[in-house]
Amino acid sequence: MDGTLGLLGGGSGGGGSSGASANESTVSKVEVVEQDFVGMSSEASSYPAEAELELGLGLSLGGGGAAVKAKPCKWGERGRILTAKDFPSVVSHGSSTPSRFSDTATAAAVGPVSGTKRAADSVCQEGGSPTGGSQVVGWPPIRAYRMNSLVNQAKSQRAEEDKLIGEKDKSPDATKKKIYSKAETNAKEKCHLGFVKVNIDGVPIGRKVDLNAHSCYATLAQMLEDMFFRSATTVKSMGGEEQLTKPSKLLDGSSEFVLTYEDRDGDWMLVGDVPWGMFLGSVKRLRIMRTSEANGLAPRFHERNERQRSKPI
Amino acid sequence: MNYFPDEVLEHVFDFVASHRDRNAVSLVCRLWHRVERLSRQRVFVGNCYALSPQILIARFPGLKSLTLKGKPHFADFNLVPHDWGGYVQPWIEALSNSRIGLEELRLKRMVVSDESLELLSRSFANFKSLVLVSCEGFTTVGLAAIAANCRFLRELDLQENEIDDHSGHWLSCFPDSCTSLISLNFACLKGEINLAALERLVARSPNLRSLRLNRAVPLETLQNILMRAPQLVDLGTGSYVHDPDSETYNKLKHTILKCKSIRNLSGFLEVAPRCLPAIYPICLNLTSLNLSYAAGIHGSELVKLIRHCAKLQRLWILDCIGDKGLEVVASTCKELQELRVFPSDPFGVGHAAVTENGLVAISVGCPKLHSLLYFCQQMTNAALIAVAKNCPNFIRFRLCILDPTKPDPVTMQPLDNGFGAIVQSCKRLRRLSLSGLLTDWVFLYIGMYAEQLEMLSVAFAGDSDKGMLYVLNGCKKLRKLEIRDSPFGNKALLTDVGKYETMRSLWMSSCEVTLGGCKTLAKEMPRLNVEIINEHDQMEIGSDEQRVEKMYLYRTLVGPRKDAPEFVWTL
Repeated sequence: MDGTLGLLGGGSGGGGSSGASANESTVSKVEVVEQDFVGMSSEASSYPAEAELELGLGLSLGGGGAAVKAKPCKWGERGRILTAKDFPSVVSHGSSTPSRFSDTATAAAVGPVSGTKRAADSVCQEGGSPTGGSQVVGWPPIRAYRMNSLVNQAKSQRAEEDKLIGEKDKSPDATKKKIYSKAETNAKEKCHLGFVKVNIDGVPIGRKVDLNAHSCYATLAQMLEDMFFRSATTVKSMGGEEQLTKPSKLLDGSSEFVLTYEDRDGDWMLVGDVPWGMFLGSVKRLRIMRTSEANGLAPRFHERNERQRSKPI
Repeated sequence: MNYFPDEVLEHVFDFVASHRDRNAVSLVCRLWHRVERLSRQRVFVGNCYALSPQILIARFPGLKSLTLKGKPHFADFNLVPHDWGGYVQPWIEALSNSRIGLEELRLKRMVVSDESLELLSRSFANFKSLVLVSCEGFTTVGLAAIAANCRFLRELDLQENEIDDHSGHWLSCFPDSCTSLISLNFACLKGEINLAALERLVARSPNLRSLRLNRAVPLETLQNILMRAPQLVDLGTGSYVHDPDSETYNKLKHTILKCKSIRNLSGFLEVAPRCLPAIYPICLNLTSLNLSYAAGIHGSELVKLIRHCAKLQRLWILDCIGDKGLEVVASTCKELQELRVFPSDPFGVGHAAVTENGLVAISVGCPKLHSLLYFCQQMTNAALIAVAKNCPNFIRFRLCILDPTKPDPVTMQPLDNGFGAIVQSCKRLRRLSLSGLLTDWVFLYIGMYAEQLEMLSVAFAGDSDKGMLYVLNGCKKLRKLEIRDSPFGNKALLTDVGKYETMRSLWMSSCEVTLGGCKTLAKEMPRLNVEIINEHDQMEIGSDEQRVEKMYLYRTLVGPRKDAPEFVWTL
C-alpha cells in the first residue's frame, strides 16, 4: 500500500520505491480507481498468500509498511487509493443514498464508505425517530450507562454553575470563566445523546428515550404514546404490566395521563410550556402522571407545598 | 483409566480450576466426564440461550457458582432493542425447584426483575454472592429482598446497572444479625441512601474489604465509614465534595492515614479538586485507580494525583488527561498493565484531547501493558507500529477513533498497516477492536497473524466479502465476531457455515447480508439459532433479496428460544 503512496505525492518517500516502475504504467489506472471504488480486484480470487506477496510488515517507517511487491496486474488495483477528499467527516454528512459495495469491478460506487450514512438512515434505537444525521447510532461505542452518566454530569455541572452565577460572584474573571464554560457545556449538551428515563404511573420499571432524536414536543409525545400505550405486542409481561387502553394525546389534556418532567432544580413541570430548546437543557427525567395527580402542577409557576405533594416517592 | 478410585480423581481435578481446563478434562473419557461433572462447582455460561437450565442442573448437580451472560455485546451501545430477551427468571425458577445449593450468581447483560431477586433470596439458604453487571429491569425493592433474606450474604456487587431507585431504605433491610459482608458496591444507584443505616452496616461488618458508594454519600459519611473500616482494600468514594478548610476535611485527612490497605480506588462522582490532597498518602500503594467517572477533576489535577501512584497496575481515566498527562503516566507508572482512556466529550468536534502521541508515550514507558481501551481523535500507522514494537504483550487491544472512518491524518492512508503490526507482534492477542479507515488488508493480516484471537469487533471497515473470509478462515480460535456497517454479504456468511458451531456467536448489522442468505444458513445449520431483528414492522415477508438490518446467530443445544419478542425472527 505504501508503494502506491508515491503516486499521490503524499506520505513518506521511502515507500515509493517498491512500486516505482509500476507507477508510471498505472497512473491512468489510478484515476479510474479513485472514482471506481473497488477494494481488491475480483481477478485476484486466490488467497493472497499464494500470490507470492511479500507482506513485509517491517516495523520501520521508511520501508513503508507492507511493501507489496506484487506482480503487476496480478493484483490489479492494490487496495484503495485514497485522498483527503474521500473522507469527509461523518459529522458533516446527513443521510443520503447509501452506495453499494460489491466484488465486481463494475460497481460504480460513488463516494467513500457508506456504512456511516446508512447507519444514519437506519433507525436502530428505541424510540422511533431517526437521529438528526449528525450522529451515528451506537457510536462511539461507549456503554449506555457511561454515556448517560456523562450527560447528567454535564447537566448538573451546568446547574451548579448557574447557582454560583446567581450568587453573584464578584470576581470578573470567575464570572467570565463560568459563563464561558456554561456556553461550552451548552454546546456540548446539544450534541450529547440525551437519553432520559421515563416512568409511567403504575409500572415500576421505567424506559429510556433519546431526546436528541426529536426536534419538537409532538414527535416526543407520539413516541411515548407508542411506547407505553400501543406496544402491547412488544412489551413482555415481566411482572404484570398494565394494559393501558387510552391512546390519546398526552399533551392536549384529552388523555387520562399527562406528561411531566423534572427539571434541573428538582421541580416537576408540565411538558410543553417552554420552548423545546430550553426544555432540552433542563429536563432530567420524564414522568407520565395520572391527570388526577397532576392538578398541583401549574404551567409556569409552582409553589413549594404543591411541589412537595406532586414529588414522586 | 480406572486405576484410581473416583475420590482420587476428584482430588486431582480440584487443582484444575479454569473452566476451559475442566471442559477439556471432561472430554477425556466417560469416567472423567462423570467425575468431573459431579465435582464441578463453578460453571460459566457465555450465552444463556445456548442451553437450558434443565441441562445445566442435570449435568452439574454440585453447582454452587453460576455465571450467565445474556444480550449480545452490541446491546451496550443501544443496537439491540429493548425486550430482546436475556431473562434470568427461568434460570432462577429452575434452580430453586432443584436441589442445587446455589451460593453465587454472576449476571451480565441480563434482564433481572424484582420478582427474580425475591425468588433468589428465598430459595438458597447459603446464598453468598450476587454480582450484576450491565443488567436492568429491577428496582431497589429487589435489592431490599436480597438484603433482608440472604442471611450469609458476603457480596453484593452492582456494576453499571440501570436500577429504578424507589428509596434508599433497602440498606436498612440488612438485619442486625448480618455481619458477613465482605464486598458491597452500589455506586450505580442514583438515589438517596439511608446514611445512618450504611454506617451501622459498616460498623458490624468486620470482614468488609470492598466498599463502593454512590453519589448520595457525602464526605462526612465517608469519614465516618473509614474510621470504622480502616481495613478496606477497595474503596469507591461517593460525593467527594467539601470545604478544604473544614473540620470534617481535616478529620478525613487523618483517618485516611490509617487506611493502609487500600489498593483500589474509584468513584469521585462529584469532586472538589482542592480536597484531593487528602488521598495522596494512599496513592503510593494503589494498584488500581478508576477515575473514569470523575469528570470534575481537570487535567492538571489528574496529573498531580498520578505522580503519586508509582505502583499502579490498572488505570481508567478520562481523556482530559491529555497527551501530556499520559506522558506523566508513562514516566510514573512503570508497572502499568491495563489502561483505559474514555472520552469526556464523545461528540466534541475537533479538539484533540488524546492522540496517537499519548499512546506511543505509554508504550515506551509501560512495557508491561497488556490491556488497552483507547478512545482518541486520531491515530497513525507509525504510532501503531511503534506501539506494537514496544508492547508485544497485548492480550486485549481496543482502539476507538471517534470519527469512524478516519484515515492516518499524516499519510491519509488506511490504518491497515498499523493494526497489521499489532497482530503480527502481539502473539498472545485475544481480543481486538478496530476503528479508523480500514480495507480488506487489515483482515488479511488478522487472518494470517492473530492466531490466539477470540473476539473481534469491526465497525465501518473492509471492502468486500474477502475481508470477513480472511478472518473466518484464519482465526482458528475465534469465538465472538461482531460486525456493523461493513460491506460483508452472503458470500462471506455462507462460505464456511461449519465455522459458526465452533464459535459462540456472530453479530452482523447494517451489512450486506440478505434474508435469503440467512435463511440458507439457518437451513444448513440446525444447531444454530439465526435471529433476525426487525424493529419497524417490516415483518411482512420481504423478498429474499432484502438486506437484513440486524442478524445475531449463536450455537445452541436447545433450538429456537420461546421467549423471543415479535420483532425477532428465528429462521
